[in-house]
Amino acid sequence: MIIMPTRRAVLKTALAGLAGMAMNSSALAQLQIVVSGAEFTPLPIAVPDFASSDPTFGREVADIVRANLRRSGLFSPLDVNSMPAGVGNAGTTPDFAVWQATNVDALIMGQVERGANIQSSVRVWDVRAGSQIIGQSYATDAQSWRRIAHIVSDAAYSALTGESGYFDTRVVYVAESGPKANRVKRLAVIDQDGANLQYLTSGRSLALTPRYSSNQNMLAYMNYDDGQPQVYLLDMSSGRQQRIGNFGQMTFSPRFSPDGKQIAFSVESGGTTNLYLLELGRRRPVQLTNSAAIDTAPSFSPDGSKITFESDRGGAQQIYVMGAGGGGAQRISYGEGSYSTPVWSPKGDLIAFTRTQGGQFHIGTMKPDGSGERILASSFHAEGPTWAPNGRVIMYFSDPGGNDGPRLYSVDVWGRNQQQIATETFASDPTWSPLLG
Amino acid sequence: MRSFAPILGYARTFLMVALVVTVAACARTPGGAEGDATPGSQQEFLVTVGDRVFFETDSSVLTSVAQATLEKQAAWLKRYSQYSVFIEGHADERGTREYNIALGARRAAAVINFLVSKGVSANRLSSKSFGKERPVAICNDISCWSQNRRAVTVLN
Repeated sequence: MIIMPTRRAVLKTALAGLAGMAMNSSALAQLQIVVSGAEFTPLPIAVPDFASSDPTFGREVADIVRANLRRSGLFSPLDVNSMPAGVGNAGTTPDFAVWQATNVDALIMGQVERGANIQSSVRVWDVRAGSQIIGQSYATDAQSWRRIAHIVSDAAYSALTGESGYFDTRVVYVAESGPKANRVKRLAVIDQDGANLQYLTSGRSLALTPRYSSNQNMLAYMNYDDGQPQVYLLDMSSGRQQRIGNFGQMTFSPRFSPDGKQIAFSVESGGTTNLYLLELGRRRPVQLTNSAAIDTAPSFSPDGSKITFESDRGGAQQIYVMGAGGGGAQRISYGEGSYSTPVWSPKGDLIAFTRTQGGQFHIGTMKPDGSGERILASSFHAEGPTWAPNGRVIMYFSDPGGNDGPRLYSVDVWGRNQQQIATETFASDPTWSPLLG
Repeated sequence: MRSFAPILGYARTFLMVALVVTVAACARTPGGAEGDATPGSQQEFLVTVGDRVFFETDSSVLTSVAQATLEKQAAWLKRYSQYSVFIEGHADERGTREYNIALGARRAAAVINFLVSKGVSANRLSSKSFGKERPVAICNDISCWSQNRRAVTVLN
């Protein structure tokens, strides 16, 4: 019995917890893979084109898988021209000796066929051990062919890292166009890799602070339509939307509870902003905070028992945690400058935030007790973190200012692998969907 | 100038202030726009009273300059009671979006409270915050940010 290949084991260890960053393990030093701060060697893998009766289609699907895995920052896919076989075969055992010579640790072989449905099979092989890690088959409807590549990517990511994936997901954001003083701001949705753009609102009214529900078709957002700005619910499958009610003078900054049945949001009245909680389908919200300050940006812990939020009740904006029923708020941020937009990781281990300090904006994380603060990205202006469903990647927006505009970026929880997400227009306020599943 | 005299004549100090403002307004308005500033018109409100006040960073406290402008607004609004009044609250772009929406509302509320304290009827007043979404000055330094931290009084 051959032991799991060491480089892959290291990758798993590194991902298994933030302890992976500390790197005091002798095993890691011996393997010369260092996961500390910016230093990390991605796992070499090979993804030949998928076998298909339509070879172009097989290449397109493999291209998406390769791009996903490369963009994760954890994998380094071998160039197709350097492969001993450019097309994979999911049906037979590969010639491991040949692949070992290319120095890859894992090999992803797939086939895909397009008919009434898209059918795909994939095997992930451990090249050093000469064994199969997973073998799976999937199907999607013919219209959403890119999804099959994302599902396969998630399977490979999961097999090689021991974590769930995040490729079969979408991102809703505020698409911004026109002159800065009068910018059109409407909601748009893309696949996490930027494909399949659709606009969700007309742009007739300002649409801000979109937030995904765990029910992946439902969004909450702030809409300036019709008098006072209020939180609206938008069903993306039907396009139907409705305001959640008329509370106070203005409602904004919504966030769904993890079960999707409740929504926490800010209510402004006479210049004071407090947090409220509404059970969907009910008329009356419950008041969660009662301060003369600005309490906003609520976000639930994944078990639904707590809410983190920002408040300037102590002067500058700081991050607090309280019970989901309100009361007993404890401040958790104590660094210089101000802290805002806390968002609880779906894994529960971290809270992402925006920090303003020294004339710069920073995206960072801290543990829910406020310890272990880590800055992941800094720029002239960055804000609005949102978590990938596996809690390992954060998306946010960054704006160089002036007549320019915001763009979406992603960075991993180790502060590595910062990347811009391609969008047709300026883009802000991303919200990452759960796995579509 | 004469056309303003009947409006302002009842308060000597107010008249002096108004004249200074009017002269400044005339000087930068091409084509003798003075004639457009009919007593009680929105144009007159803009050029003789001023439609906006500015705030310090992350503050909704009314500065002495802002209070002086709002004093004039209150006097003018009490004289011309046909207008309903809409206050837009704005923030500069150096804050996060949600907070700035709330900050704009806090600024609008400060203006409303001041106008009410000076005798403008509360039921003529309404407000909306635009956060940092509608800047008027576009650049990457304080010269623009200070203009964007504003509350604008819009007449309807």
